Amino acid sequence: MIRIAEPGPQTTVQDLGRFGQLRHGIPPSGPMDVRAFVIANRLVGNADGAAGLECTLMGPRFGVEAPCAIAVTGADVPVTVNGEAAPTHATLVLRSGDAVRIGAARAGVRAYVAFSGGIDVPPALGSRATYLRGRLGGLEGRSLKREDVLRLHRAPVPASRALPAAHATALDAEPEIRVVLGPDLERFTAEGVAAFLAGPYEMLPQSDRMGARLRGPRITHTRGHDIISDGIALGSIQVPGDGQPIVLLVDRQSTGGYTKLATVCSFDIGRIGQVKPGQRVHFRAIEVAEAHRLRRSWEASLAEAAGGPVAA
Amino acid sequence: MEVNTRVRALEYLIQQKAVPGIVESVPSFRSLLVYYDPARLGYETLCETLGDLAEQAGTGVLPPSRIVELPCCYDPDLGLDLVAAAQRLALSVDELVRLHAGAEYLVYFVGFTPGLPYMAGVPERIRLPRLETPRVKVPPGSAGLGGAQFCIYSVESPGGYWLLGRTPARLYDPTAAEPTLLRAGDRVRLRPIDRAEYDAIAARVEAHAWQPVIA
Repeated sequence: MIRIAEPGPQTTVQDLGRFGQLRHGIPPSGPMDVRAFVIANRLVGNADGAAGLECTLMGPRFGVEAPCAIAVTGADVPVTVNGEAAPTHATLVLRSGDAVRIGAARAGVRAYVAFSGGIDVPPALGSRATYLRGRLGGLEGRSLKREDVLRLHRAPVPASRALPAAHATALDAEPEIRVVLGPDLERFTAEGVAAFLAGPYEMLPQSDRMGARLRGPRITHTRGHDIISDGIALGSIQVPGDGQPIVLLVDRQSTGGYTKLATVCSFDIGRIGQVKPGQRVHFRAIEVAEAHRLRRSWEASLAEAAGGPVAA
Repeated sequence: MEVNTRVRALEYLIQQKAVPGIVESVPSFRSLLVYYDPARLGYETLCETLGDLAEQAGTGVLPPSRIVELPCCYDPDLGLDLVAAAQRLALSVDELVRLHAGAEYLVYFVGFTPGLPYMAGVPERIRLPRLETPRVKVPPGSAGLGGAQFCIYSVESPGGYWLLGRTPARLYDPTAAEPTLLRAGDRVRLRPIDRAEYDAIAARVEAHAWQPVIA
């Protein structure tokens, strides 16, 4: 059992997500950085989809009330156990009475904490992922608050291991994000598309799990910015009238009425999720076939880091 | 309306066929978004399968619609734009309510926010362009009119539709086993109720002791 002393600004319970509900207007939710989430679970001997915590910019402080193991991955955060520095990307075996503190991110935005056994909250529509706007899943559909108690599923405490440094989350200062252009490409001028691909774009502070709002060179339209509303894919880049892109993410609205210039490839969603406000990104357009090839190598690299094929 | 029927028919055929590798789909006015797993289903194979199914996706494919009756209170305290909309349309409030509540609405799709139905069937005489300035907060249950579309807001959200009334029914309830009430293809009929009945039903909804009539 885990007792939250300080929750951090936005700490939520997540699993790999709630699928099949977009047709009812309910997004999948789940971790922004799937890779870091899965690795954390593997380090504590869990299945990939066991529920853990996603922390935003600053982690929680919590007390351990029964022996368990945890692993912290994703953003570069300081971790202490009873005041002593502890490694990230490694199994930390804890005893009853231990006090854990996960500090402010030095790089990246989202850190993940996996607990051996996984967090035991009731699934909603088949998933434990928190959808904050819909007050669904996780712990009462909300982010954690002080004095919350997290129960863990019973599990053996795993052996300690550390992830080789090469497999840790890459937190680039100015990442290049791969996109496939379309579906509304003909609604943008050639200059607009060139401006988008030249960049760079700065992450704005009002970005969240629903969408990443960016500011940079203006992307011009050929004839207006409205379309007849249609479905929004994970990573869809909407461009409203102000010519500034919004990347739609795991808690996105299911449909929308702004033109969509491109879609961020699934394997780069996690990297977008680690870009801090003020940090800049570049976009590079690739073809569908190359995106599929890169997706396969992303899966292979994750399987290698995780020590076996991945369900995600 | 025919295009949307074909969109829903295509989604229905995909579900019936349970195509391996198709993860989920999102119908909208005139398109169907299909999510697939490229590790299990190649892009070309997917396009071929969808092309074949699209040819079969005619209007006769779908099972009969459910008919959902929703109580709706046309009180100016709840329908925040009722009086202004009537003035703009040069109708009396009673006439606007009679026309709006007298129509049957078809749910084209559910989306944007959880459980929000986009519906067709707004009588020509009461169509209005969207509000110049969208509201920052629209209360859930608000019945909104925008052009040829009718929607009922499912959660508190921004909105640019004219609000004519409000239903005490919950279109989205995260604590229910099935959180969303309406589905694409449902037909919605409105039953005008007075404020006292609105309050009475709202209290029963709060106590989880009320369900709309679904035929």
